[in-house]
Amino acid sequence: MPITIREIVQRVIPPKTIRKRHDLALDDRSYVKKKHACPSCSSHIEEDELVRNLYVCPGCGHHFRIEPTERIRILCDDGVFDEVYGDLIPENPIEFPGYEEKVQSAQQKAGAREAVQTGIGRIDGRKVMMALMNFKFLGGSMGSVVGEKIARAMRLAAARSLPMVLFAASGGARMHEGIFSLMQMAKTSQAATLLDEARQPFIVVLTDPTTGGVTASFAMLGDITLAEPGALIGFAGPRVIEGTIKQKLPDGFQRSEFQQEKGFVDAVVPRNELKSTLVFLIDSSRYKR
Amino acid sequence: MKADEMRRKIDELKALADEERPDISEDLSRLASKLQGESLAAGGMRAWDRVQLARHQDRPTTIEYIDMMSDRYIELHGDRSFADDPAMVGGIAEIGGTHFTFIGHQKGRNMKENLHRNYGMAHPEGYRKALRLAKQAEKFGRPVLSIIDTPGAYPGISAEERGIGEAIARNLKEFSVLKTPVIAVIIGEGGSGGALGIGVGDYLIMLENTVYSVISPEGFASILLRDTKKAEQAASLMKMTAYDLKAYGIADEVIPEPEGGAHNDPDLVASRMKERVLAVYGRLRRRRSDVLLKDRAKRLEAYGHVRGG
Repeated sequence: MPITIREIVQRVIPPKTIRKRHDLALDDRSYVKKKHACPSCSSHIEEDELVRNLYVCPGCGHHFRIEPTERIRILCDDGVFDEVYGDLIPENPIEFPGYEEKVQSAQQKAGAREAVQTGIGRIDGRKVMMALMNFKFLGGSMGSVVGEKIARAMRLAAARSLPMVLFAASGGARMHEGIFSLMQMAKTSQAATLLDEARQPFIVVLTDPTTGGVTASFAMLGDITLAEPGALIGFAGPRVIEGTIKQKLPDGFQRSEFQQEKGFVDAVVPRNELKSTLVFLIDSSRYKR
Repeated sequence: MKADEMRRKIDELKALADEERPDISEDLSRLASKLQGESLAAGGMRAWDRVQLARHQDRPTTIEYIDMMSDRYIELHGDRSFADDPAMVGGIAEIGGTHFTFIGHQKGRNMKENLHRNYGMAHPEGYRKALRLAKQAEKFGRPVLSIIDTPGAYPGISAEERGIGEAIARNLKEFSVLKTPVIAVIIGEGGSGGALGIGVGDYLIMLENTVYSVISPEGFASILLRDTKKAEQAASLMKMTAYDLKAYGIADEVIPEPEGGAHNDPDLVASRMKERVLAVYGRLRRRRSDVLLKDRAKRLEAYGHVRGG
C-alpha cells in the first residue's frame, strides 16, 4: 500500500512526549498503602517486602493487581518512560448525566488522566512501544480515549518499527460512552493489522482482570498472548454467566491456567520471569529475510 | 433542520436527481427517511418502543429476508473445526443478478425454533463460520451482506471455553481488512460485541425500528442506574435507536418501515432493503480494493470523541 501523508508525518514529526522517571523514592501517591493483606491467603505483608517481591505474595504467590507506574518501574530500564498521547481526555459523546464528574473523580482516585498509558520505554535496552491499562481508573474500561490511545500507539509502533507490548486489565467497554465505546473494539482491531504489515511483534500480557469488550478485541489479537498467574480472563463476566446458567461456576473457570488449557493463552508467566520472557520474545521476533 | 426546510431541500434535490445523478437520489432517500424519522419522533415513538419492536416475535428473520430478496440462495454450514452454529447462518444468495455471500444471526419465530437457534445468540463457531465464508467471498470477489439480529453473543460456559472473545476479536480484525465490499444491515437487535462481530464493514444500514448498543438496556439499567426496572429510562439515555446512530454517523442510513413495524409488511421491507443494498454495492464495487480498505480504515479510525492531542 502507498505511504499516506499521516504515516510520513508520524515518522518525521514525533508526537508530544513527556519523559517521566518512575522511582519508588519519588512516588508521592498518597493512597499507596504501607501494609497489605493478601486477597488470596490473607497474610499481612509490609510494603517494602511486597515491592521487593514485585507485588507477589511471598506466602501463596498471589499476583497483586498493579498500576502502570509499578509496571514501568519493574520493567523499564531506570523506570524511564516516554509517555505519548497523555493529553487525550474524554468527552461526553452521548451526554450521559454525571459522566464528567465520574471521570474527574476517577482521575483523582487513580492519579491518572485515563485508563491506559501509552509510551516508549526500554526493556533491557530494547526500545518498546507499551500500552498499560489501569484497572483502578473506572475499572480499566475502554471509552474513546482508551481506544484512540491504543490505536495510535499501534500506528506509531508500526511507523517507527517498534515492537509493541500491551498489558490488558479491564472490565470491558465504558458504557457511559454508549455505542462509541463499542466502536473502539473495531478501531483497535483494525489498528492491530498495521503491526502485521510492519512485521512488528504485538505481545499481549493479560492481567487480572481482562473481560468484556477488551477480551473481544485487541487483548486477543496478540502474536503472542501471555497471562499472569490466576488472572480472570473472559468475555462474559462470571456473574453474567451464573445468571445465564443459574448455577455456580467451577473453581478456576476463566482463570489464566484454564485459558492456557483451552488454547487461548500461549503461556502463563509469573511476574518475576516476565521481563526476561519479554526480552526473549522480542529478540526472537525480529523479522529475518 | 426543520421539517419545512427539509421538504424544500428534497424538492431541490429531486430536480437534480432527474438528471440521473445516482449519488443524489441516494441523498434524497436519506433525507426522506430522516424526515419520516422527525415526524415519527414527533408522533411519540420512544426509544423503549423501538426496543420492543426490534425484539418483536413476529419480526422477519435473516433467512426470511434472504429468501425474499434473492432469486436463489443456498445455506452453507459449519466452521470446519468444531460445529455448525444454528444461531448464525451463512451462504450464497443471488440478489438482483449479483452473487452475495450472506452471513447473519438467526432467531426463531417460536419457542421451539428459538431453543434451536439459541435466540440468535451465537457461539464462537458461529463467528468462525462467518469468517470462513467471508474469506471465501474475498477469494471469489463476492460482496458480503451481513445481517445483524442478536441480543448478544452467548454468555455461557460453552462459549467461554471455546473462546468467544477471541472469535469476535478475530472477526473485527479480519473484516477490517477483507478485500471485498461488506454491507451490514441491522434488522432487529444490534446487541453489543455479538452484533459487531459481523458488523465491521463499509456501510451500515439500520431498519427504522432497530437498535444498536454496547449493552442491553436492562444491563445498562442494572449496572449504571443500579435498578433493573429502569430499562425504559436506560433505552433513551443510551441513544440506541436507528435515528440516534444515524445522527452520530455510525449508521449510514435508515430504511423506513411500514406503520407498526416490519412484520406488518415483510415484502415491502425486503424490497426496500434489496434496492438499497444493490445501490450501495453499485457504488462500492467501483472502488479499487486498496481504496476500499483505506476508506474502511478511515471510517474505523473516526469512531469516538476525544479532546486534546
